[in-house]
Amino acid sequence: MHVAADPAPPRLALSGIRKIYPAVVANDGIDLAVRPGEIHAVLGENGAGKSTLMKIIYGVVKPDAGEIRWDGRQIEIAHPRAARSLGIGMVFQHFSLFETLTVVENVALALDRERDLAALSRRIEEVSARYGLPLDPRRLVHSLSVGERQRVEILRCLLQQPRLLIMDEPTSVLTPQAVQKLFDTLRQIAAEGCSILYISHKLDEIQALCHAATVLRAGKVTGNCDPRQESASSLARMMIGKDLPVCEHPQAKQGGEARLVLAGLSQRSEDPFGTDLRDIHLSVHAGEIVGIAGVSGNGQQELLGALSGEVPLANAAPVQLLGVEAGRLDAGLRRSLGLGFVPEERLGRGAVPEMTLAENALLTAHRSMGLVRGGLVRPERLRAFARDAIEKFTVKSSGTEAEAKSLSGGNLQKFIVGRELLQSPRVLVVSQPTWGVDVGAAAFIRQALVELRNAGAAILVISEELDELFEICDRIAVLAKGRLSPAVRARNTSVAEIGMWMSGLWPGAGNGAPEGTSHVA
Amino acid sequence: MTELLVPIVVATLAAGTPLVFAALGELVTEKSGVLNLGVEGMMLVGAIAAFAATVASGNTWVGVIAGMLAGAAMSLVFAALALTLQANQVAAGLALSLFGLGLSAFAGKPLESIALQAPLVFRIPLLSDVPLLGPMLFSHQPLVYLSWLLVALVSWFLYRSRAGLVLRAVGESPVSANAIGYPVIAIRYLATLFGGAMAGIGGAFLSIVYTPMWVEGMTAGRGWIALALVVFATWRPGRVLAGAYLFGGVTIAQFFAQGAGVAVASQLLSSLPYLATIVVLVLISRHPNIIRLNAPVSLGKPYHPDA
Amino acid sequence: MWLRLEARAAPSRAMRYLPPLVAAALTIVAGFAVSLALGRDPLAAFYAFFVQPVSSLNGVAELLLKASPLMLIATGLAIGYRANVWNIGAEGQLILGAIFGGGLALHLPGVDSRWLLAAMVLAGALGGMLWAAIPALLRSRFNTNEILVSLMLVYVASLLLSYLVQEPWRDPQGFNFPQSKMFADAALYPILLDSTRLNAGFLVALAVVACGWLFVAKSFLGYQMRVAGLAGAAARYAGFSARRSVWIGMLAGGAAAGIAGVGEVAGPIGQLTPSISPGYGFAAIIVAFVGRLNPVGIFFASLLMSLLYLGGEAAQMELRLPSAITGLFQGMLLFFLLGSDVLIHYRVRLLRRAAA
Repeated sequence: MHVAADPAPPRLALSGIRKIYPAVVANDGIDLAVRPGEIHAVLGENGAGKSTLMKIIYGVVKPDAGEIRWDGRQIEIAHPRAARSLGIGMVFQHFSLFETLTVVENVALALDRERDLAALSRRIEEVSARYGLPLDPRRLVHSLSVGERQRVEILRCLLQQPRLLIMDEPTSVLTPQAVQKLFDTLRQIAAEGCSILYISHKLDEIQALCHAATVLRAGKVTGNCDPRQESASSLARMMIGKDLPVCEHPQAKQGGEARLVLAGLSQRSEDPFGTDLRDIHLSVHAGEIVGIAGVSGNGQQELLGALSGEVPLANAAPVQLLGVEAGRLDAGLRRSLGLGFVPEERLGRGAVPEMTLAENALLTAHRSMGLVRGGLVRPERLRAFARDAIEKFTVKSSGTEAEAKSLSGGNLQKFIVGRELLQSPRVLVVSQPTWGVDVGAAAFIRQALVELRNAGAAILVISEELDELFEICDRIAVLAKGRLSPAVRARNTSVAEIGMWMSGLWPGAGNGAPEGTSHVA
Repeated sequence: MTELLVPIVVATLAAGTPLVFAALGELVTEKSGVLNLGVEGMMLVGAIAAFAATVASGNTWVGVIAGMLAGAAMSLVFAALALTLQANQVAAGLALSLFGLGLSAFAGKPLESIALQAPLVFRIPLLSDVPLLGPMLFSHQPLVYLSWLLVALVSWFLYRSRAGLVLRAVGESPVSANAIGYPVIAIRYLATLFGGAMAGIGGAFLSIVYTPMWVEGMTAGRGWIALALVVFATWRPGRVLAGAYLFGGVTIAQFFAQGAGVAVASQLLSSLPYLATIVVLVLISRHPNIIRLNAPVSLGKPYHPDA
Repeated sequence: MWLRLEARAAPSRAMRYLPPLVAAALTIVAGFAVSLALGRDPLAAFYAFFVQPVSSLNGVAELLLKASPLMLIATGLAIGYRANVWNIGAEGQLILGAIFGGGLALHLPGVDSRWLLAAMVLAGALGGMLWAAIPALLRSRFNTNEILVSLMLVYVASLLLSYLVQEPWRDPQGFNFPQSKMFADAALYPILLDSTRLNAGFLVALAVVACGWLFVAKSFLGYQMRVAGLAGAAARYAGFSARRSVWIGMLAGGAAAGIAGVGEVAGPIGQLTPSISPGYGFAAIIVAFVGRLNPVGIFFASLLMSLLYLGGEAAQMELRLPSAITGLFQGMLLFFLLGSDVLIHYRVRLLRRAAA
């Protein structure tokens, strides 16, 4: 399949690509060459400039400087349509699908000449069978699982007989088993001569799949290598300039009281395309971190809403917080019981983008930190609290008056985590604590969670990143199709087992799988 | 009975026709994700432009085209603000309505005392001779037939044509549409212009066919009712037609009630269309999922390709 | 496209206060253009429109008189707009305020106490709130669009007033004109400046603007409503009630408009007539935006808007232009404001065609 010394010119060669945004140099003199049939990794952490580079190749973003060669010929890719006519296909990380349209309509939108939907449906069925990507062209996209949606995106590219396929962080939405299937498909595509650009920050995946790698850091190329010849730590050093930080995680003290108890939580989703929660049982004890794994779209949003009080329940009993039946309380009242909550969306939920950090501190800390008196805000105390969060959590910003949206993802996340942690929550619920966050900030946040646990808090972490859950959690459960598996001790299970559970297959899964006390041990 | 039925149906269809045009145009605009609250202003400016052009030229069709162009020009102002300059769509739409009211009142002052001759109805040969149905359905102003044709065309466009598919895609997710290479802003401009042109024709119908004269603020909230109709119709062209005639019926009810000597204050009867609008809005929005499943997902949300 | 918008790294703070000034300047420029197009001397028009109306004490009094309802209503509306609660039916709420306050005056003709006026103001606020409660209730219970409902109710309110002054409340000695009796003195605002029409209603408006400022700038509730307007999900996350935002936003606008309605009938008009407002409820929407939804800004914007009303009247007398020109300029002012707002978040750059 892959030929090491190919006499033909590279399918795609970039040189000196540069792209500047008002606040940041996203790409700074990038060189990159991909040969026919090669699976080429672009490795880098969040914010390294990978996505911008891919958008340039796909014609969504215009570079400020640099040269693009295709089969040795210098070209300009002005538009995604131009990219497609060259044979470039792209599978987006945040899918570019239309939920209210059918699969075939979605595919037709990306094909420039397709008019006959019936004929296109037949082609979709053919190609999906050939590559092992089963899909019904008549279904509406909103009824598809995340994995199926990715298949739509891939099929949409394959139908155009691509010569270069760009995959942007494709595995973040897949179970470990589904990742293996995806790799099989990608290897088949590459063997047929198509080049693949594989964007990721997951070192083990790149080592398993890719023939070559270009490593980016802060918009610059910091390494070119064959990842199969490298070790994880040598790749990490190219990617972040040092070894991957490891979280200190001593064994949990046992026997703390149950602080958060879910007792048969069932809830219809507010979202017509959402997932209903079905009979969820779980208890989180003082001094432990419980993780909930699962592919997003399996009820995570609904579970978080029910836990935080953003979507109050009809009954009080299913959510018990520090011994209080709290199901009907709103988010503010639950917070005054001692609940802290870090949502996954930083901008627009965890923080108001257009407000300053001081104003954003007021969002959740007004009661516990005494920031309001007589109905009026106390500006001095508010600024002092915000400054505290900024300093203790090393938030890089221009100060308490910086707008939330001016911060990088990692710094804003540290600020939000800091705001919640400084209120000394007795129960903390965290969703995707390190999503889109740079490695340094991620390690800082994980360590802060472990320290909060050591101080005796009960913590629930919902994450798609299995590595992260295994790094910080004492027990792990899996959410699949709105049901929750039993929580097992992290050291008694494996990524493979949890991965299997992520497709809903755990012992006793058929009947709601209530959590037995034996698991708490 | 039948001698009353025919005039009632004819009057209902005539009263509903400006709403059909305006609501259908707004429907297409909204399908692209743009909420233009300026329908009232566009109708008013369309009405005065059409009236002035008809007075000047003596030709109804010149008036209709003038109204259409004036409505489109108004929507262009909205599009420049909301789409190019990223202004809040609600504020820009309100501004358009207020501006249209002011502009039409100002421009219409010298024309206030002029009355036009209503254009002749067009009897469709053969069909209009069918007893009962003929006079009810096939003896109307040409614009009434045109509105029917338009409903069919918009339906076909939205659900059968590729361009309509693209329009719906843009209305659902401009980010995705941009990512696969569609010119989101340009498409939204076109949809907004279409909405303006249709509102302009709706206004023209009022001032040169229905009334036919110019009175300041003569749309009397029909632009807003058209906006409500789009919601009531859950963004489907066929239902817009039905809804428009429902409102047409309510509007003319007062004339027939007064004619029949019903002893109710005229003001109460005059307020029926507005109250009916509120009632249907409540009925349709009571079930959040009806709106959520039918409304264009990105409706009213700002979008900038570089953001 | 050669004109390109480029996002600023951080929104410009100076630019936040510039657009209203830019908009006012552009409106004046547009005014020059309109006068030229209509064959009038633009400088004379400018003088007639903007200078002459305020060149006397009486003119200044009229300016403040007309600015009072505008600043009042705009302050109330701004509280809602900050929370994305779009009450555009202030004109109807103003009418209801006038009906409630005026009705009280008509039904207590013998009362000769200063408390009557206070009661009328209260009744007016209540009437405005009642009318605003309808869209508030429908939005919070049935998720019904408050823009359309509040607007529809303007027409209903106007018809209700028309019915009242034609039937039950018509002055029997009024030569069949559709209007009520004149109010007794106790039901009228006292005059502040002799030989002008400026009355104590202006002080009421100032007080409301001051309270509005305290609410939006200093209070926790005002903060909560701003969060609701900027990011609904963040408000829900913080546990701020969305329904409460809708209710407060709507009722604030309704109460302010109702008080403004009393101000008209207990001020310059002195009775109930079918038309008691030259569109103050709509003009106040523009005032709220031009004032940046901030009561301090609203105070100045209301003066500008009031000047446009006076200018329109002057233009009719001096230049023989229809006074409807006021509405034209009001609309333009808002257009220019929204257009120049782009400067806050974007830098406008002229692009030369980049060599490939």
